[in-house]
Amino acid sequence: MLEIKNLNVTVEEKQILKNLNLNIGKGEVHAIMGPNGSGKSTIAHTLAGKPNYNVESGEVNLNGEDLLSKDPYERSLNGLFLAFQYPIELPGVTNASYLKQIVNAHRKSRKETPIDAGEFLKILKEKSKLLDIPMDMHSRFVNAGFSGGEKKKNEVLQMDLLDPSLIIMDETDSGLDVDALKTTADAINKLRNDERSFIIITHYLRLLEYIEPDYVHVFQNGSVIETGDKTLASRIDHEGYS
Amino acid sequence: MNKVSKDNFTQEKYKYGFVTEIESEKIPKGLNEEVIRLISKKKNEPEWMLDWRLSAFKRLENMSVPKWAKAEIDEIDFQDLYYYSSPKDFKEKPKSLDEVDPKLLETYEKLGIPLKEQKVLAGVAVDAVFDSVSVATTFKEKLNEIGVIFCPISEAIQKHPELVKKYIGSVIPVTDHFYATLNSAVFSDGSFVYIPKGVKCPMELSTYFRINASETGQFERTLIIADEGSYVSYLEGCTAPMRDENQLHAANVELVALDNAEIKYSTVQNWYPGDENGKGGIYNFVTKRGLCKGKNSKISWTQIETGSAITWKYPSCILRGDNSTGEFYSVAITNNYQQADTGTKMIHLGKNTKSRIISKGISAGKSSNTYRGLVSFHKKAKNAKNFTQCDSLLVGSECKANTIPLTENSSNSSSIEHEATTSKISDEQLFYCMQRGLDAEEAQSLIVNGFCKEVLQKLPMEFAVEAQKLVSISLEGSVG
Repeated sequence: MLEIKNLNVTVEEKQILKNLNLNIGKGEVHAIMGPNGSGKSTIAHTLAGKPNYNVESGEVNLNGEDLLSKDPYERSLNGLFLAFQYPIELPGVTNASYLKQIVNAHRKSRKETPIDAGEFLKILKEKSKLLDIPMDMHSRFVNAGFSGGEKKKNEVLQMDLLDPSLIIMDETDSGLDVDALKTTADAINKLRNDERSFIIITHYLRLLEYIEPDYVHVFQNGSVIETGDKTLASRIDHEGYS
Repeated sequence: MNKVSKDNFTQEKYKYGFVTEIESEKIPKGLNEEVIRLISKKKNEPEWMLDWRLSAFKRLENMSVPKWAKAEIDEIDFQDLYYYSSPKDFKEKPKSLDEVDPKLLETYEKLGIPLKEQKVLAGVAVDAVFDSVSVATTFKEKLNEIGVIFCPISEAIQKHPELVKKYIGSVIPVTDHFYATLNSAVFSDGSFVYIPKGVKCPMELSTYFRINASETGQFERTLIIADEGSYVSYLEGCTAPMRDENQLHAANVELVALDNAEIKYSTVQNWYPGDENGKGGIYNFVTKRGLCKGKNSKISWTQIETGSAITWKYPSCILRGDNSTGEFYSVAITNNYQQADTGTKMIHLGKNTKSRIISKGISAGKSSNTYRGLVSFHKKAKNAKNFTQCDSLLVGSECKANTIPLTENSSNSSSIEHEATTSKISDEQLFYCMQRGLDAEEAQSLIVNGFCKEVLQKLPMEFAVEAQKLVSISLEGSVG
């Protein structure tokens, strides 16, 4: 469902991704590990279409369509979801109205009518409960003054609401304590199915102990240097990257 | 790659820019005694009103236009303007809506203000002012039953001279400044409201100002009096056709709140702002002032300023009554070459008076947006308090925002709290929202509406949604 071919990306004139190749099939969970500066986050941002991430050459296809020619919002509407490492604050915008608006943007692109307020509240309650999110968090401003854990849970909640086909998680485990990590991982596991694929970017083994990957890729200097199954993750955890 | 570019968006045309093809009757161009006498005659005014106008005109001869606003204003030739224009054959205001020219009804229908009572928003009475005359007022009889007077000021001058005489010019002195004095000399129509003792006005009252004729200034005069223990919520809206020329709108609005009375005055100002190169648009030079005359009285101004080439207005409160309260909530949005210099004056005269100022300025394009405010505590204003918050949001890098808050303090037991912030919509915020499926315009409008929500919430419910849309439309084409 996702094919990355010979991808070269520069950021501020510095080449970060070098001839990257990666194939991800339907329903597969791929973990990307690697030291700081190896290009892990760059792949996430490039796929999502962040400005200033310049694709010099290469191709990316998502569900058979060229991804790179699309605007960031079109990529989202086409099923790509990036859970941010540092979710952005939107002062003045209440979380509930924000969530409703993004849900409606996706409904609109599927030519559905906007969601009814009562129905939305019901879904929001259900999905928040799964993540141990108190409802009063939704009357606060988006991510503003949220703890690290609250921010990450809010990302997973959005992931659940938007029903994407490709989920990229950029260090979703950072900033979570053990309990929050478990709750979050449980919620993510519930999202796993035969149609939905995941790219999990992480430094640590602990998240992968909860969410078992089908493949583990090790990144170094902007390309994949090794691919294996979940045992590769344990090996790296013990031995390091060298 | 995929950088959002300006070309992706075509600016939505100003939706109210049409002209109503209706023959108008104008008094010849120019500002002189003869013109003032003619206006007064057209309005069938009593002698005292004409004298009042003429005394204002005499003062005007020795005054010059104020220059201190942070705005570049082309010189206005006051002799080259029409001061009075009305639809032809409009000798007397129609007694009922059935007699109103269908073209006028259609105009207001197109503006989203249906005047037929069965169609209007429940709970909102409308006075419709077209150029220099009021063409229709809805729900007048119903309001009359409870003693509320809601009519064009020209009618009030004839039917309620004692009230008009007592209060007109009592808040904005005839000699206040050039435009206020000009208005006093040549004002044509506007609304008059009187809420009797103890009455909570059961409907929103609103006036809808429309400039239609070309080369014509609109000089509206509005006077609202809330007698002891009464309450009224009033809203005004304004639009004008798209023209290459600059047109002048110089209004005077006076509010008087007696003991324990409260007036809530809201404005959604959407005059034609000019085109994307800064050609045309309304010069909106307005004097608005409220007097909290009685104890425990309250006056609250809420304004959403999105239109006009130049906006120059400072809705103010004179807090004379002990324990009285003044509030000012403002959102001013400028785009392209628009200029806004707006803010408020809170003059604390009485004991325990309180004021609150929340100003949100949003500038985009090459526009300039200034908050100018004065908080003044006089000697007798013991325990007076003010809270001021001025936030500016910049969209793009070619616009300007200024904050000029002044304070004068002669009372030693008073307190002023002031907070100010300037921020930019960050690329990170836009990208975050876009990653969740919002396009660039939707993302920006979400963030901007969040920025000014605190003020939008102060609007009467019926108008809050409209205002939110207006905020988004005003900034269209500015994401870059």
